[in-house]
Amino acid sequence: MQKALLINPEKCTSCLQCELACSFEHEGVFNPAKSRIKVFEFEHGRRAIPYTCTQCDEAWCLHACPVEAITISPNTGAKEVNDNTCVGCKVCTIACPFGTVNYNADSGKVAKCDLCGGDPQCAEACPTGAITYVDANWTGYERMLESAVRAHPAA
Amino acid sequence: MSWQRKILRVDLSKGSAEIEPLNMEWAQQFLGERGLATKYLMESMDPKTDAMDPGNILIFATGPLTGTMSSTSGRYAVVTKGPLTNAIACSNSGGKFGAELKFAGYDLLIVQGRSPQPVYLHIDNDNVEILPADELWGTTVWHTEEWLKSRHQNPLLKVASIGVAGENGVRFACIVNDLHRAAGRSGVGAVMGSKNLKAVAVHGSVGVRVDDPQRFMQAVKDTKALLWDNAGRRELTELGTNAMIDAMQEFGGLPTRNFQEVQFDGYDKIDPNAMTTPNEHGHTNLITNKACFGCTIACGRIAHIDQEHFTIVNRKEYWHASGGLEYETAYAFGPVVGVDDIDALTFAGYLMNEHGMDPISFGVTLAAAMELYEMGVISDKDTDGVALNFGNAEALTVMAEKTGKFEGFGQILGLGSKRLCEKYGHPELFMGVKGQEFAGYDSRALQGMGLGYATSNRGACHLKHDTFAEDMEDQTGKGKAVPCKESQDRTAVVDSTGLCLFTTAAWGVEEFQQQIDAACEGDWSVERLAATGERIWNLERQFNLAAGLSKDDDTLPKRLLEVPAPSGTAKGKVNQLDMMLPEYYEARGWTADGVPTKETLQRLDLS
Amino acid sequence: MNHIIIGAGPAGVIAAETLRRLDSDDSIIVIGDEDETPYSRMALPYLLAENIGEDGTHLRHGADHYAAHGIRVLKGRVTAVDTGAKNVTLEGGDALSYDKLLIATGSHASRPPIAGMDLPGIENCWTLADARRIAERAKPGAKVVLMGAGFIGCIVLEALAARNVELTVIEMADRMLARMMDDAGAEMIRRWCEQKGVRVLIGTRVESIDNGEVGLRINIGGGEPVAADLVVCATGVAPNVGFLEGSGINTDLGVIVDDHLQSNVADVYAAGDVAQGPDFSTGQSEIHAIQPTASEHARIAAANMAGRSNRFDGSLSMNVLNTLGLITSSFGLWDGIENGERATVLDKKHFKYLRLEFDGDILVGALAIGLTQHVGVLRGLIQTRVKLGHWKRELLRDPHQAMSAYLGRTQGDTSPLVGATRAA
Repeated sequence: MQKALLINPEKCTSCLQCELACSFEHEGVFNPAKSRIKVFEFEHGRRAIPYTCTQCDEAWCLHACPVEAITISPNTGAKEVNDNTCVGCKVCTIACPFGTVNYNADSGKVAKCDLCGGDPQCAEACPTGAITYVDANWTGYERMLESAVRAHPAA
Repeated sequence: MSWQRKILRVDLSKGSAEIEPLNMEWAQQFLGERGLATKYLMESMDPKTDAMDPGNILIFATGPLTGTMSSTSGRYAVVTKGPLTNAIACSNSGGKFGAELKFAGYDLLIVQGRSPQPVYLHIDNDNVEILPADELWGTTVWHTEEWLKSRHQNPLLKVASIGVAGENGVRFACIVNDLHRAAGRSGVGAVMGSKNLKAVAVHGSVGVRVDDPQRFMQAVKDTKALLWDNAGRRELTELGTNAMIDAMQEFGGLPTRNFQEVQFDGYDKIDPNAMTTPNEHGHTNLITNKACFGCTIACGRIAHIDQEHFTIVNRKEYWHASGGLEYETAYAFGPVVGVDDIDALTFAGYLMNEHGMDPISFGVTLAAAMELYEMGVISDKDTDGVALNFGNAEALTVMAEKTGKFEGFGQILGLGSKRLCEKYGHPELFMGVKGQEFAGYDSRALQGMGLGYATSNRGACHLKHDTFAEDMEDQTGKGKAVPCKESQDRTAVVDSTGLCLFTTAAWGVEEFQQQIDAACEGDWSVERLAATGERIWNLERQFNLAAGLSKDDDTLPKRLLEVPAPSGTAKGKVNQLDMMLPEYYEARGWTADGVPTKETLQRLDLS
Repeated sequence: MNHIIIGAGPAGVIAAETLRRLDSDDSIIVIGDEDETPYSRMALPYLLAENIGEDGTHLRHGADHYAAHGIRVLKGRVTAVDTGAKNVTLEGGDALSYDKLLIATGSHASRPPIAGMDLPGIENCWTLADARRIAERAKPGAKVVLMGAGFIGCIVLEALAARNVELTVIEMADRMLARMMDDAGAEMIRRWCEQKGVRVLIGTRVESIDNGEVGLRINIGGGEPVAADLVVCATGVAPNVGFLEGSGINTDLGVIVDDHLQSNVADVYAAGDVAQGPDFSTGQSEIHAIQPTASEHARIAAANMAGRSNRFDGSLSMNVLNTLGLITSSFGLWDGIENGERATVLDKKHFKYLRLEFDGDILVGALAIGLTQHVGVLRGLIQTRVKLGHWKRELLRDPHQAMSAYLGRTQGDTSPLVGATRAA
C-alpha cells in the first residue's frame, strides 16, 4: 500500500517545525528557506496551510525534465530529483502548476518533496497531527488528488 | 556552531553597517540573547547615557538555540537602556522574526547612533542596507510590514517595526514583529524611534547548524515529548495564558481598578470561557490558537471582534482576525481599568499591536489616570472630553488609539504611569517599580511576586523570576528570597538560550542543559548554566548601579506595602518586602545596600 | 500496429514511451538523423558550462532503455512521406510503412543572410556536434561574439560566460529577449549582464563578417568592428518541415495540428517544436518550442495514436531562463490583453520584477525576474483559470502574493495575510 502525506490545515499552528525538519533532513541545516514544505499564513494567522508536493499522478515536473532527472521512487511513489542528473534548467519549476518545485541557487539544482524515502520528517516533526503520512486510499488524499486532476485536466 | 559567530553592527549616525565576528569568549560566559546582549551593552555604552540619546545602544539578540529544532526556538531579545526605567531594558519576543535574523547569519544586531532621517534596515543574509523610511514614517506597524514585503518583493520577509507611538517617544512603545508578537516591555520601541529607525526587515537563508546534530536531535525529541505530555502545556495550548484570570480571581490576586481591589466582578466576561462562548449576535471571540516559530505549545490566540460592536461597526478595516487576548492584555484592559467588554478589550489589543505599545504599561497608566479622574484631579478638560471612569470601555479604546497615534491626552498617557502620576502630583498612584508598571499579579496575595517585582532589573516584571509555587503555598514573606533569587538566575538562562520561558512548565534546567550542551561548543553542565544565570543577573545589576539606580529603587508602592488587600485569600495582608529584601540581598551575595560584593563578582568572573 | 516516429528528441522519445505504456505489442520505431544517443538540446549549455558530461545530456540514462522498452531507435533521415501508401522514405531509398506516424522532427538553427556567415569559426549552438566545436574554441580569455539575445541566445550566453571568455552579445532588436520579456525586464537583464562583465550591444545589426588580422572581424552598423575568435549564432530556429513538401500534410511555420495533435491527414500526428498546435491562451495555432509543450504534445499525440481520443486544451507558452544567475520566467499573455488589468512591482536596484496580467479576476500572463520560489503556481493560476475574487485586489497591491492567492482560492476561502490594506 502506497502512503501519502495528508495535510489538515485546521490543525496547523504555523510553528514551522515541518520546515525545520525538512531542511535538516535534506540540507543538514536548520533552514526553512530550503524547506520542501512551506506553511502559508493567512489573515494575521487565522489560517495556516502547510503546502508541498502531492506527488500528483500527472507528474508535470517529471515530464518536463529534459534529462530524466526526476523519477518515480518504486518504494514510495515519490517523484524524486536526482541531483547528479539535474542540470538546473528549472523547467520543472515553471511546469509544476502547484508551484512545489523550487530552484536552489546555492546548489544549482531544483528541490522538491521526496517523502524522505518513506519516513517524511515533516510529519514526524508536526506536533499537532496537521501533517500525517497515511495510506494513500485515505479519502482526504483522494480528495486532494481529485482536486488536483480537476484543476489540471491533461493528457 | 549554534552560534552564527557573527554580529551586525549598524551605526545610524554614520550610516554604516558592518559585520563583526562574535566575541566567543563572551558567548561562552553569557550564552546568548539576553545575557550576551547585556554584555555587549555594558561594553558598548556608558550606562548613564540617557535612554533617548543617540549614545544608547539597541541590541536585537538571538540565542544559540534560536532557529534550531528545539521547541519554542523563535525567541529573540531586545536589550537597551529603557526610557521608562532608566535601567537596563530586556524585552523578548517570539513570532518568526528572531529565527529569521539568525537564519540570515547573525547572533546579534547592534544598532547605535541616530539617523538624521527616518530609515529602515533591510537585511538579506550578508546584504545589509540602510534605506529611507520617509514613506513609512507616521504609519502603523501593520502597514509597515505589508509595505516592506511588497517593496522588497519578498512575502517571506520578517519585519520588526515601531508605530507612531515609538516614533514619538511614548515611553512604553514596543517593537512589534510578525504583526502581533512584540518585544513588549520597557519602552524599547521608543529607543528605536529615537534612533529614527522605523523597521528591521530581514530574510535569511544561511540556516543554523548545531555542534552535535545527532545528540541534539535526540535531546530535542526527548524534551519535546516531555513538553507535549505536560498538563501545564496542555492548558496553555487549550486555554492560552488567560486561564490565569480565573485562578487570580479566585485567589484574590487580580489587580483591579489600579490595585484598589484584588478581585474583579466582570472577570468571567473576559476569561477563556467567555472567549469561546458565542455572544447574543452569535459571534465567538476566539478563532484558533497559533504558535510562534518552532513552538510545540501554541499559546497564542487568534480572535476577531464582533462586527456590530461599537468600536468597529463603522470601521471595516478591523473586521479581520488578529492576535487575541492573553492574560496580561486581559488584565491590563480588563480588571485594572475595570472594563469587562471582551470586544473592547480585543480591540484595544489590536490597537496596541497596530501602533506598537505595551498593553501592560498602557493599561496600568490608564488605570492611574482613571483614578485621578475619579478623584477629581483631572477632568474632561484634560481628557479631551472623555469620561475616564473605571469601567468605561469606550474610554479604554479611545485612549488606546489616542496614545497610539500620539494625539491629545494620549500624549500624556504616553509618559507612563510614574511620570503621569508625578505630573498630577500623586506619585503614590503609580503602580509599578523603577518606572515600569506591574503585570497582573497583586503582590499582597503573592508575596514572592512582590520581591520579584521589586528586584527585577528591568522594573516591575512577572517574567524574570518564578515563585508561584511558594506564593500559592504560603502567603507570607517567609522563604521567598532564595527561590526568588534562584528562579531569577534560572530565568536569565532561559532568556539567553533563544527559547521561551513557557517551556519551564515542563522543563527544568536539565532539559535546557541537554539541548545546549549538544548544540553548543564547550561543556555545558547544569552547574555552569546556573552560574551563567547568576552572572547575567549580576551584570544587569551592575549596569543599573552604574546608571545611578540603588537599593531605593528596589521597592513597591505604598498601596501594596501599607494598604491591606480588601478581599480574597490575602484579605488583610500587605506585602512583606521589608522582610524579604535583606534576605534576598544576602542570598545574592550583595551588601545590605544591594551592591554585589567583591567576592560575589570574583566568583562570577565579573570583577 | 506500426508506429513510426520521426525525430529522436524529447517529443519523439516521450511519445514512444507513452505508446509502449499504452499498447504493449505495437512496433515502435524512432528515427533520428544525428549519430548520437537521443539527447536534449536544452542540456547543451550545461555541457558547455562543464557542469555535466555528454552523457548528462542524454534524454534517458539506462544503457538499454530503448531496447528494454521495445523501442527501435533508427539512425536515418526521412526524405519523404507518402500519406497515401502510408510509408516514409529514408535517405538512401529504404521505405518504412506505418499505421500511425508522428512527426517530431523539431527545428534547426537558421542563420541570417549576412556575408561571411559561412566562415570557419562561426557556429550555431544547436546540436551536440555544435557544442563540441564551440568548446574547442571557447577557451578562457577567447574573444567570443554571440549573435542573438533571444531565449536561446541568453541560455548560450550563460554557458559561454561560464567558460570565462571575453563575451560580446550583439542583438538586432532594441532589447534582449524580445519575445519573452517586456522593455523594463529586458533592460534589467541587459544591465545585469553588463554588470557581470558581458558587453551587450542591442539595436545593433551585424552587416558582415570577414577575416580580420587575427581571427574574425564582425562589422556592425554604427560602431567599430568587433574582433572574435569564435562567433556563436543564435539568431533563430525554424521547424524541420522541408521533407513534407508534396506530402499533402498541411504546414504553415510548422505542421498544423488540431486539438488531437493530428495533422490534416489521418493517422499523421505532430508533436514538439515542429508542431503548430493550439495555444492555451490565444486559441490560435502556434509553435512554442519548449520542453513542457513537447512533452504534452507527445503524450497526447501518442495516446491518440494508440486509439484513445484525448483532446488537448492547448499548451501554455512559458519560459524560464538563467542569465548569469538572474532568473527570469514568462507565462502566457505576459504582455496583457486589451482592457485587461496589470500589477507590476519593479525594483531596479535589486533586480527584481514581477508583472501579472489579468482578464477580469483571472490571471492570463506573468513575467518574473528574480523569482525562484513557487514560480510554477503562476502557470497553475493561468491554466486553471482560477477566479481570484477578492484576492485580485491583494495581487494588484502585491503581486508576490500569487502562491497565497492560489491556496486562498483553492483550499477554502481564505483572506490575505494582512486583511484590508490600510494607510496609517
